[in-house]
Amino acid sequence: MFLKNKIIDFMGLRKIALVISLVLILISIGSLFARGLNLGVDFTGGTVMEIGYSESKNPDIIRQLLADNGYDGIVQHFGSSKEILIRLAPQEGEGNDTAEAKAELSNNVLNVLRTETPNADMRRVEFVGPQIGEELREQGGLAMLMALGGILIYVALRFEYRFSIGAVAALIHDVIIVIGFFALTQIEFDLTVLAAILAVIGYSLNDTIVVFDRQRENFRILRKETPAEVLNISLNQTLSRTLITSLTTLIVVLALYFLGSEVIAAFAIALTVGIVIGTYSSIYVASNLLLILGITKEALMPPEKDDEELDAIP
Amino acid sequence: MNRYPLWKYVLVVAVLLVGLVYALPNLYPSDPSIQISAVRGAEPVSQTLIESIEKSLADKGITPKKSELNETQNQVLLRFNNTEVQLEAQDILKDSLGRQYLTALNLAPATPGWLQALNAKPMYLGLDLRGGVHFLMEVDMVTAKDKALDRYQDEFRDFLREDKIDYLGVSREGDTLIAKFKTPEQRAEGRKVLAGQYRTEILMGDKDGETTSNLIANISPDNLRAIEKFALKQNITTLRKRVNELGVAEPIIQQQGLDRIVVQLPGVQDTATAKKLLGATATLEFRLVDDGGNDPQSAAQSGRAPLGTKLYYERNGAPILLQRKVMLTGEYITDARSGFDSQSNRPNVSINLDGKGAARFSKVTGANIQKPMATVFIETQFEEFEVNGEKKYKPVKTEEVINVATIQDQLSRSFQITGLDSPDEARELALLLRAGALAAPVYIVEERTVGPNLGQENIDSGFMSILIGFSLVLVFMLAYYRVFGIVANLALAMNVVVIFAVMSMLQFTLTLPGMAGIVLTIGMAVDANVLIFERIKEELKRGVPSQTAIKQGYDQAFSTIADANITTLIAAVVLFGFGTGPIKGFAITLAIGIASSMFTAIIGSRALVNLIYGGRRIKKLSI
Repeated sequence: MFLKNKIIDFMGLRKIALVISLVLILISIGSLFARGLNLGVDFTGGTVMEIGYSESKNPDIIRQLLADNGYDGIVQHFGSSKEILIRLAPQEGEGNDTAEAKAELSNNVLNVLRTETPNADMRRVEFVGPQIGEELREQGGLAMLMALGGILIYVALRFEYRFSIGAVAALIHDVIIVIGFFALTQIEFDLTVLAAILAVIGYSLNDTIVVFDRQRENFRILRKETPAEVLNISLNQTLSRTLITSLTTLIVVLALYFLGSEVIAAFAIALTVGIVIGTYSSIYVASNLLLILGITKEALMPPEKDDEELDAIP
Repeated sequence: MNRYPLWKYVLVVAVLLVGLVYALPNLYPSDPSIQISAVRGAEPVSQTLIESIEKSLADKGITPKKSELNETQNQVLLRFNNTEVQLEAQDILKDSLGRQYLTALNLAPATPGWLQALNAKPMYLGLDLRGGVHFLMEVDMVTAKDKALDRYQDEFRDFLREDKIDYLGVSREGDTLIAKFKTPEQRAEGRKVLAGQYRTEILMGDKDGETTSNLIANISPDNLRAIEKFALKQNITTLRKRVNELGVAEPIIQQQGLDRIVVQLPGVQDTATAKKLLGATATLEFRLVDDGGNDPQSAAQSGRAPLGTKLYYERNGAPILLQRKVMLTGEYITDARSGFDSQSNRPNVSINLDGKGAARFSKVTGANIQKPMATVFIETQFEEFEVNGEKKYKPVKTEEVINVATIQDQLSRSFQITGLDSPDEARELALLLRAGALAAPVYIVEERTVGPNLGQENIDSGFMSILIGFSLVLVFMLAYYRVFGIVANLALAMNVVVIFAVMSMLQFTLTLPGMAGIVLTIGMAVDANVLIFERIKEELKRGVPSQTAIKQGYDQAFSTIADANITTLIAAVVLFGFGTGPIKGFAITLAIGIASSMFTAIIGSRALVNLIYGGRRIKKLSI
């Protein structure tokens, strides 16, 4: 779109891209091990309360209030200085281990808060039992694997196994980097972020498929070029589409981040990172892998060719 | 070239029109309202009731926006201008209407009549948008099994004793019951007796102890499953009854998996009360009706029951005196089912008691044949009251006579209650009996509560981000593709209309992540058009004539669009399968968005392009 007649030599930069990807993945895995994910209450179990005040509230006051009443919680602003978010770890100890007592916790804490500010607005409570948290963790991982598996099969059927490996490798690359981003920044990782990652899988794949589609077409048309050249031409042909779609999607996701509710902010961040990485990976990771796996013209020739060969045999 | 047959234009216009009509109800905001329904047995709602309600509200300076009488559902709906008035009105009405009528907060759609006639309704808003409570409750199956084992243990002793079989004792080790006998012969006899009673319910085997001959028994897997199923059903029934008393419009109470129950209460503001009420306990008692010739009416007036009796009220409000002595309590009931009496063909309820209960019941009923017996339903709830402006709760016991029947015969392990008016009444009595004999407790394992203020904010910010995101994409597309940009924008607008229409038609729940899904779809939906337009541009660059370029563009891009969308759809389907509540909402809008964008971006936009450029000579395309 911006460079109408110039062909960018994407594949010439592939060694550099490989290094960049490896570095990003190393940083991601490194911070995942070093810092771990700041898992939300959905996955850890526990209680989250969002309390609204009519004017700015210093979290220290709330922290003190909770400590005085024997509650141990993390207190912070949420969205604005009028909203306070309280995270209470799953309570343990005598008389507190029944599930009932845990569900009661938010009521008790709210009562304490109302002794200080009677009109404190209970905006949101999320209580997740430890067992549910564990289940969601397992199911979440499983969902991710199932999505990848389903895509692997579809792409293998529609294209060829090398494309399939390339596509799924690009997706894993994206997922690792988005998760790594959350480990590095310690932004809370909750169910909506998981949904965003699955959406990123869908989006990034969308991008990769469009590029692959053109590559398959060109492998059949362009007979003289080397595979690297074919990939390069295809990437250039689809470049403006890739950029425009990424741009429009980024526009709406950023609108979501800036205008949407605070609850959805982490979701929007995950998508933003995912779209940028997904765009990059469909150019570099997926196509790069095709070359490494040794894609050839023959592998992509339309099936009619077999018939011609058969016909040629007397 | 590039002309569509008429039917394709008609199809596009038809989809657009239907879409517009069914998306339209969402533009009319819902009214905060109060739904008033009569308790069973109370006087049905009427115009007079509305007048008295309006009067008591007018006394406090409140005028409802509109009052509607719905006689078929026995309900009155009062609409208000805002939530504050609605809440204030509910407090007033709770006092003035008393226990005869239930008041429930609701958001009533303000869909105009002509749209209602077409069955067009607004989307159903999820709890994160309208405010409310979501509970996931887990039935304690370990206790259910324990209770069953305890019961079998008691019954083993009873049956062996009844058949005069010499046994040393019945004990329990973990999930296994062990009956001890002196000799293998006695054991064989005992086994025969128990096998005759239980058939496939219990699996038995011989195992010799050091000095005794032991019989070991386990609950069969099928029976265990039945016990768990029963515990779950029973809890659902109880929860449903309690939620009805809480006064919630459109509650959802559903089984999830094998041992969980989802309870969703839209619009509930006071979650503390909701939790207490759901945790209330219910029991049953059977008592003899007083036959001392005392007048229940005078007892009701003075409020004092004569010696040896206790004053109760029937469900229709009539007073009744029962004996102070309890014949049997509900914990002995193992099952209750409604059905029909084989002789009279009248509706009845069959009740099963456990061994202990049967022994007791047969003794007391044997001595009181031909006397009337009452079934009392007792529920402990928590009522709110204020001390120095602080909300507190105290347990309040509600006792109610749900049935009076004459004892026809000595009753034992299983018996029937007859004399019921209708099959409906039988069904309800069976439900109440089961509810009064909870087999297993439930626990809240997950709670998600959204206050009404946050709900409204979520709606506002959600629509704002949809609007702004949409506008920015429109501007970008127009600037970049000019005439074709207009085409893409119209297709995109149509896509949004279709998404809203499908969501409304199928009454899917719109959640906050669902809104995010719509926003994301808007961004991604232009992709199909971008693919097509870029293809057209390429063709033009190669010097292909305009009309051919359009045709080539659409044809060549199609398989790419299909592949790309199907893979995204796979991700959406997985998300849906995995989804708990909010995530499901995201998956649904994403999937609907992808599907409808295939139609609008390919067929819809092509129709427009054909209309603008089709069938004539063009020098230059505005792309």
